[in-house]
Amino acid sequence: MTFKRPYSAGLAAFAVGLFAATAAYAEPTVNKGDNAWMLTSTVLVLLMTIPGLALFYGGLVRSKNMLSVLMQVFYTVCIVVLLWTLYGYSLAFTGGSDFIGGFSKAFLMGVTTDSKAATFSVDANITELIYICFQMTFAAITPALIVGAFAERMKFAAVALFVPLWVTLIYLPIAHMVWYWPGPDAITDAAKALAAAADGAAKTAAQAKLDEINADAGWIFKKGAIDFAGGTVVHINAGIAGLVGALLIGKRVGYGKELMAPHSLTMSMIGASLLWVGWFGFNAGSNLEASGGAALAMTNSFVATAAAAMAWMFAEWIVKGHPSVLGALSGAVAGLVAVTPAAGYSGPMGAIVLGLVVGVVCLFFCTVVKNALGYDDSLDVFGVHCIGGIVGALGTGILVNPALGGTGVMDYAIGKVADYDFVAQMTSQFWGVCTTLVWSGVGSAILYKVVDVIVGLRVNVETEREGLDVTEHTERAYNM
Amino acid sequence: MKIVMAIIKPFKLEEVRDALTAIGVHGLTVTEVKGYGRQKGHTEIYRGAEYAVSFLPKIKIEVAVASDQVDKTIDAITSAAKTGQIGDGKIFVINLDHAVRIRTGEADAAAL
Repeated sequence: MTFKRPYSAGLAAFAVGLFAATAAYAEPTVNKGDNAWMLTSTVLVLLMTIPGLALFYGGLVRSKNMLSVLMQVFYTVCIVVLLWTLYGYSLAFTGGSDFIGGFSKAFLMGVTTDSKAATFSVDANITELIYICFQMTFAAITPALIVGAFAERMKFAAVALFVPLWVTLIYLPIAHMVWYWPGPDAITDAAKALAAAADGAAKTAAQAKLDEINADAGWIFKKGAIDFAGGTVVHINAGIAGLVGALLIGKRVGYGKELMAPHSLTMSMIGASLLWVGWFGFNAGSNLEASGGAALAMTNSFVATAAAAMAWMFAEWIVKGHPSVLGALSGAVAGLVAVTPAAGYSGPMGAIVLGLVVGVVCLFFCTVVKNALGYDDSLDVFGVHCIGGIVGALGTGILVNPALGGTGVMDYAIGKVADYDFVAQMTSQFWGVCTTLVWSGVGSAILYKVVDVIVGLRVNVETEREGLDVTEHTERAYNM
Repeated sequence: MKIVMAIIKPFKLEEVRDALTAIGVHGLTVTEVKGYGRQKGHTEIYRGAEYAVSFLPKIKIEVAVASDQVDKTIDAITSAAKTGQIGDGKIFVINLDHAVRIRTGEADAAAL
């Protein structure tokens, strides 16, 4: 989604289009209100990860491993922030191929305080540095989510190596495939040039130009998959990587036999609540403008989350006889995950339905399916993020339908919302889901194996019994 | 001399202390313990992972008394700690051979 302003496109169109409206080529403006909102959203997403996710996860492990989780999450944020500015942003958000960008903005080359990035509106840009930081926080939280799957048994050295490898080889390509596109200005300008083209030759040239601009986008984007704030890029991506990790590293010592109760659901409550607060930056911020679209995303992020928390809690109450705190918190996170791709596309009532569905589906996966299959995904990264992400991605394809209160999908070439086609949209969504599952599933498996060969994935049994805090970090979370 | 050791419900500690003070027992050692008896345990469920928690938190008190105080002590603890529900606890009485107060060197009955 980075957007160099398409001067070449404009000039070419100008040359062939005698009546090209000069207004269409005006320099897009940066609105201070949009910038202010995006600066705020960026730090809100950071808040999701530290301390939100760190505390949510930390509370769920045993006290002897509290610091290891906090450390793994904090490390992930720091290392990703660095590699994002060195080459991550460039590989994700510059043109190159359908699958990965190039190095033209490596080391943030050429980016100044005057550089602009496109939003979803014609002629409304934001400062590119803000966009870089905003996307940086997404890249940071995604690998931090994975940490929950292999918590309490992974070597810190393995995490330290795995995270940068995973971001480079899994996250950056997926982000590029889903989110990189030429932007509304480029498409609109080319479309206007085409409309203004006078004769056959000019029309052919203008059409070629428009096709070329449309071709400069990520593979999943071009499949037509819509993902407002990162259901595929963040949640399915991290969720499947977590499952693969949990399977490859194996169960925790004593899993299924010993008490592995969360050491502080109080911490988890604080963490989950901070996740919810921060998620407004994640979802409403993904609108990239402080506009009605952001307000819709905010509304949906309220109602879907509450609905999912209630669905999980009541379902558990009915089935198990007790409404649990962890159930309500898990439901809320599942709701946030599911509404992520739908936030700017679904209507609020659709978002409530989405939340109710995902609350029950994720409960089913985290209890029945997980127990039946016997894998030890410590903190249910797969059951909540991958399954919730898939429900959200497919749900988005349904709920975007204007007939169901959705917004429809904007077609910038014709300047209005495109007609909704259920089969076409769901096919697109499946492409997004399946591509992410395969890329991240297979790619992560390879990376885990590589890390295993270099530093070893897992601590030894004595270390695991002792707890990672004292053995890996020579510290204790609580000295009481 | 005897040591009266009682395992009681944690929330009964203050009442037991008051009852013992009332009969002239002025020293008590308290330990937080876990265990099970007829009360068994309970089940905790975290996202579908069910754990049978078989050891319940209890308070163990130990009080050293003269032999002729034992019955009064037992009565005081029993009446204060009793709820009538399973899990009220148990009292054990153990012989005490010798006692010394560290500060003064007083021994046996004078040390209690």
